[in-house]
Amino acid sequence: MSNGYHIVVCAGIVPDPLQTLEPVMSGSTPALKNEMLLPAVLDPWAAHALYEAANLAAHAEGSKVWLVSAAPKSKLQQVMMNVAQKAAFELVPIDAPANGFADAHSVAEILAQAIHSISGLDRSRLLLFGGWESASRGAGVTMQLIGEQLEITDQFQGVDRFTVLPDGSLEIHERIEGGRHLVSICSGPPTVLGWATGNLPEPRNNPQVGMANMRTIMPALQKTKSTSLTQNVRYLSVMPPRQQRQTRIVKDRSAEEIAAELLEWISQE
Amino acid sequence: MAESILFLAHVDESGKTLPKAAYEAFSAAVDLAHRLGATLTVGIVGEGVREAANTFSGAGVRILGVAGPDFAHPRYRSDAAALEAICREAAASIVIAPATSRFLRVMAGVAERLKGQIDTHITSFDIVDGMLSAKRWFYRQRLEAVIQRAGRPWFLVMDCGCQDAWSGAQGTAKIEMIEVALPENCRRTVYAGVRTPNIDAQTIRPDAKLLFVAGAGWCKKQPDGQTHLREAESIILQFLEESGASLGGSKSLVDQSGENQAVLGFMTHLNQVGQTGSTPRHPKGLSMCCHGEEPHVVGWRFISERRAVNLDPNCGWARGKADVLYVADAFQVIAKLNSLLAAKAVRTEEWCEASHELNPAGCQQ
Repeated sequence: MSNGYHIVVCAGIVPDPLQTLEPVMSGSTPALKNEMLLPAVLDPWAAHALYEAANLAAHAEGSKVWLVSAAPKSKLQQVMMNVAQKAAFELVPIDAPANGFADAHSVAEILAQAIHSISGLDRSRLLLFGGWESASRGAGVTMQLIGEQLEITDQFQGVDRFTVLPDGSLEIHERIEGGRHLVSICSGPPTVLGWATGNLPEPRNNPQVGMANMRTIMPALQKTKSTSLTQNVRYLSVMPPRQQRQTRIVKDRSAEEIAAELLEWISQE
Repeated sequence: MAESILFLAHVDESGKTLPKAAYEAFSAAVDLAHRLGATLTVGIVGEGVREAANTFSGAGVRILGVAGPDFAHPRYRSDAAALEAICREAAASIVIAPATSRFLRVMAGVAERLKGQIDTHITSFDIVDGMLSAKRWFYRQRLEAVIQRAGRPWFLVMDCGCQDAWSGAQGTAKIEMIEVALPENCRRTVYAGVRTPNIDAQTIRPDAKLLFVAGAGWCKKQPDGQTHLREAESIILQFLEESGASLGGSKSLVDQSGENQAVLGFMTHLNQVGQTGSTPRHPKGLSMCCHGEEPHVVGWRFISERRAVNLDPNCGWARGKADVLYVADAFQVIAKLNSLLAAKAVRTEEWCEASHELNPAGCQQ
């Protein structure tokens, strides 16, 4: 395609996976204890979507990448310090309390509105990227909802591979049961692609890309206005699992003895 | 408010029946309908729905169907159109569907078209204060919540492995077929097949009784100061073959392939278990050479019995995450285990041959 693609990546932020999560009630809606103090990262599968978008844009002349993210502004700024060094993009920030307990319908609505408002976005060349499921709500519905609201009805979820064929059509591999992939051919944009891990490693930090990105990121963050989210979900309880196992630690046993014990365990119905 | 329930399913790849997950979710739908005093309707999509519908004939429910070549394979546009038509015909307040990959890709879009609301990965239902409530996990199986919604229709996509599969008498079901005419632009996307990853063997087996998880330790230097990758590959594959286990991997191991380090050749991101991977459901799990840190172990949430082999007695598994931790060299243990499994298989074969001579119909392997 001579004019390239307009790639919009939707990505939230989530607490660093190594952090301990403890729920607290904030009014009628749950939240995470010390949520604003927890180190945050770009949602992992959405981050893969960003890397795939940057790679595609680098190989399709005339392409451009936007990153649309709904999160508390201060946390988003913190995460962008790192993410901005990974890939070239224009940030479209939305200052909203979009954590795992926010309603996906409300989040999808503000993301769709933000995409609508992107100046110069050519919908006929639009590839809407995002994570298939987030590491917070993990519902796998937000991208579908945005797609419907933007009237994009060629949608793919759990995408691991995306190839532009010589005739401009798109070959897409989606994860299905049993570690297999469903292969589809789509005639072209606009499409929605909810990414799984894809095939690209995390790019190395590039300070030059970071500096170029930050020239537009900081003004965009300063301009963004706080948005509230409608909560349609009533939470009756939220708690971490209580199960703690009494681990039996077996030392000083030969490999033969351990193997025999494991065999007996495996063979039990 | 009187509720009415629509249960949705699609015909599986055989074209004759439904996926196991559908019968599990149907079991939950039947139970819920009984508890709510709600009417229950079934909607089925596929190239042909007759045989699949017959499996529900014993349930005594209304059955709606959308069939035709356009609905043989998963495709967002055609699946969404078919499901939308069924939902509009049934006009139910609660829609329950199984969490198959086909439905997970389309159900939210259908909910949006019907101005409904959706929650996925539901593990169970309950009635609280006379209202339907659903349980699901947040933050990748780290927090469990019970939720309610006032909005209707409420779409609930139920995870597999949470209920016993429904079974009932089969007969000839009465199906109300719905005609869904697809506009030509619905065919912008075409099905091009299903591909198995390019690996030596199929290592992901959702129905296996045992999950075997390999950690990054397999690729580290062993006591002789060398890595033994080829040996590790060989004995792991042999173990998978002998035991029928499904293979999982920790993120640290899977990521090494992306970083072009020497890794186990058959390990891909699809095998990854944990916070950024999958959360499989198997009755038993065996981990070797994996530290058992929290981001990985959240992927074990639905593994009932857990054992681990690791050289570090203070690894994460020792801190209440496994039932048994064997402090031992995994290379030695799995080699011995393979020998025992092979010997057991030979004994079983000999026993079957002997039984067959005595009673030709006696041993069905």
